[in-house]
Amino acid sequence: MRIGDFKANYVADEAVFKTPTVRFWMGILFAALLIFPFVAGNYWLYMANLVGVAIVAAVGLNILTGFAGQISLGHAAFVGIGAYTAAILTTRLGVPFFLCLPLSGLSAAVFGLIVGGPSMRMKGLYLCIATLAAQVIFEFIFVHWESMTGGIRGINLPAPSVLGISLDNEFKFYFVTLAVVVICVTATRNIFRSRVGRAFIAIRDRDISAELMGINLFHYKMYAFGISSFMAGVAGCLWVNFLRTVTPEHFPLIESIRYLAMIIVGGLGSVLGAIFGAIFMTLVPEILKNTLGLLVDAFPQAMGYLFPLQQIVFGLLIVVFLVFEPHGLAEMWRRLKDYFRLWPFEY
Amino acid sequence: MDIFLQLLVSGFAVGGVYALIALGFVLIYKATSIINFATGEFMMIGAYFFYSFMIYMGLPAIPAFIGVMACAALLGFMVERLVLRHMLGQPTISIVMVTIGLSSILMGIADMVWGSDFRSFPAIVPRAPLIIGEIVVRSNLFYGFVLAVAVVIVFALLFKYAKVGIAMRATAADQSASFSMGINVKAMFTLSWAFGAVAATLGGIIIGNIGGVHPTLGHIGLKIFPVVILGGLDSIGGAVLAGFIMGIIENLAGGYLDPYFHGGVKDVAPFVVLVLILLIKPYGLFGKQEIERL
Amino acid sequence: MSLLAVKKLSLSFRGLQVLSDVSFEVVPGEVFAIIGPNGAGKTSILNSISGFYHPDEGQIFFEDQDITHMAAHRRAALGIGRTFQNIALYRGMSALDNIKLGAHSHLKTGLLASLCYWGPAHREEMALRRKVEEDIIDFLEIEAIRKLPVGSLAYGLQKRVELGRALAMRPKILLMDEPVTGMNAEETEDMARFILDINEEHNMTIVLIEHDMKVIMDISDRVLVLNFGQKLAEGKPEDVQQHPQVIKAYLGEKKARNGHIPSAAR
Repeated sequence: MRIGDFKANYVADEAVFKTPTVRFWMGILFAALLIFPFVAGNYWLYMANLVGVAIVAAVGLNILTGFAGQISLGHAAFVGIGAYTAAILTTRLGVPFFLCLPLSGLSAAVFGLIVGGPSMRMKGLYLCIATLAAQVIFEFIFVHWESMTGGIRGINLPAPSVLGISLDNEFKFYFVTLAVVVICVTATRNIFRSRVGRAFIAIRDRDISAELMGINLFHYKMYAFGISSFMAGVAGCLWVNFLRTVTPEHFPLIESIRYLAMIIVGGLGSVLGAIFGAIFMTLVPEILKNTLGLLVDAFPQAMGYLFPLQQIVFGLLIVVFLVFEPHGLAEMWRRLKDYFRLWPFEY
Repeated sequence: MDIFLQLLVSGFAVGGVYALIALGFVLIYKATSIINFATGEFMMIGAYFFYSFMIYMGLPAIPAFIGVMACAALLGFMVERLVLRHMLGQPTISIVMVTIGLSSILMGIADMVWGSDFRSFPAIVPRAPLIIGEIVVRSNLFYGFVLAVAVVIVFALLFKYAKVGIAMRATAADQSASFSMGINVKAMFTLSWAFGAVAATLGGIIIGNIGGVHPTLGHIGLKIFPVVILGGLDSIGGAVLAGFIMGIIENLAGGYLDPYFHGGVKDVAPFVVLVLILLIKPYGLFGKQEIERL
Repeated sequence: MSLLAVKKLSLSFRGLQVLSDVSFEVVPGEVFAIIGPNGAGKTSILNSISGFYHPDEGQIFFEDQDITHMAAHRRAALGIGRTFQNIALYRGMSALDNIKLGAHSHLKTGLLASLCYWGPAHREEMALRRKVEEDIIDFLEIEAIRKLPVGSLAYGLQKRVELGRALAMRPKILLMDEPVTGMNAEETEDMARFILDINEEHNMTIVLIEHDMKVIMDISDRVLVLNFGQKLAEGKPEDVQQHPQVIKAYLGEKKARNGHIPSAAR
């Protein structure tokens, strides 16, 4: 049991990792993340990279939807814009990878601002449907602007390199993904320690009173759209440089819904929740696949049921979490921690 | 000119089906303030039930039809009772996502039960196309249109004059006042879902009869959003009118612009129109803006 | 010189006349009360001053500057603070964060600085935390609950947090919409004391709407009476209380005993 959590000054009280125990476990976590690639096989490194990309995108979406309360059904389209920007910059102009990352983010952010612009006059469902329209229209552009996007065949690109090292396998790419994830998560966490983050939450909870408290609603909604789509763009750039191919099929509406599902299952309005959700929703379909794979000997047709089974589980997770645990995995984690913090006592 | 008329007429016919589906959608929204992203999947499941009743159970078209309506009402009833009843008072995002989750479950179930092959209904209506002058309308589309319009009229009369229809409208207008007048508000919620599911299923059967049934048949349900935004989420008359307008717009846009874009215009045009509407009128053409209080 | 001047204000919603031709002035340092039966248009006046409603006609001046068409968030930055009739706190945040949010217009951290946090943003946040703790949380006696989510607090405490948030705006004028409505006697007394303290010690001008006549008579310097969107009377509390039209509006034709307005008149 941990007791006596008192602070002598405000700096210590406002710190992210407040107690030595928390700092100790964070240190262990970082060490584990650094050791992981040396012990994991290629399959798990591959999954780790995909999880990392999902985390960046989901954290971005959570800023917009979970914290600022603006529902977006078009997040995958912004990931797509980032991916296409990176692919085009790399193949046409030979822009180096580390420059592509921010540029893809900026490009997605510009489109995010265009889509978010009308959000000043729209609320709730209407905005949600407007972002749905954006998703459909961007998908159309990915397919039909062939001279730029390569149509349904898409674009292939070479392995990226950083400081002369070619990032041509899962192992090397892992470190880039990890770095980007750490930067994005830290930056997001920082936003919510200052007035910008407070303004986002105020807009979500009571937009009118937020305005009367001096918050420029338009600016802050634009900030939320900008940051969120910037991170989506960065995720897209990572994604395309990892898989080294991009086609319109990768960014359909269902992908946007997957990102929303991540933040719902993980926990709306929680940075940690977005991380949990991204990990969980990326791994569950794989776990299903592997489980069915074990059954193939007994039931040769088992694999045929994989796709519908994934769909059912995906839908069930969303419904079950919303009905029974609306605050998601982050809330479950908090309860678990409370249990161990007080152990062996109940209160 | 002939092409124009041809596109106009078939757009009008498709619009009738959109009007029907939009009607079911708006019914649910008006009564419960929930937008049902699973509308398309309700259509798809309904079409599969119809198919199963006819093929597996060998029922004639009319009894199969009646059976499907009963099943659809039951589906709407169960969805409301088991899931959405728990979501009262939750934020918009949660409600939107719950219906999206439902749509994924329904799609998965359909895929598991009926497989992912295209299934076609046996011939129900006469095959001969309708010919007006130079214009040809496929018989499936024509009879579907007739059915859709008939159902829309029945629903409209029901709402205008039947006691239950008036109670539903009262619930939509003011829940607490209706409650105090002795209307069972929760029953009205359930009933709206049942009606909404029936309307969607009818739409699904019509669409399935035209193009076959497939687990992804529900994707057409997405087009409901441009329709209901054009018509205003809470206006039944607006939804019906907007259904026709959107059917015509997408057919004209597809017919004239597809050659320039290598296809696909039909599916994106309604969404472009949607964006334009929202830029000009953020609450749709016939929607009401709420006066907010502090 | 008046701090706030409302001139010939008229407002209507879908044909319903909410305010017609209302004028009044508020001088620096006073407690100015607006009273009237329900639906008289009291909250609509505050909403027009805050910038949430846009009047059809008339003008609003703040420190002799015409703010009739100014955006609501800029009015807040000018120094117009506000509390609400139905508590409008941010339920997803702690009491402390709610209060900090009030200081929004006085902080400078931009988007990029907030992403990085260390440096200017950190210093600003620490200075803010100190100020909020020492000037507001201490004053309102809410140390014990400052880190709890506001949704879990009792009604009276929520009202207090809302006052804290308004104080963090460091307003020149504070608009309070029914600060003691729904409170018990003890909470009412506390709140009245806070209002007087703010007014006297910080010399803050206060405009308040209230139904509790005892509180109005005790703390306000001048009173404006509204009925059906029109100004009925304006003056010192004791004068207004005797005003024949006011008594008529509240009690109908029959005169009340002692000519007093009962405290529960609503």
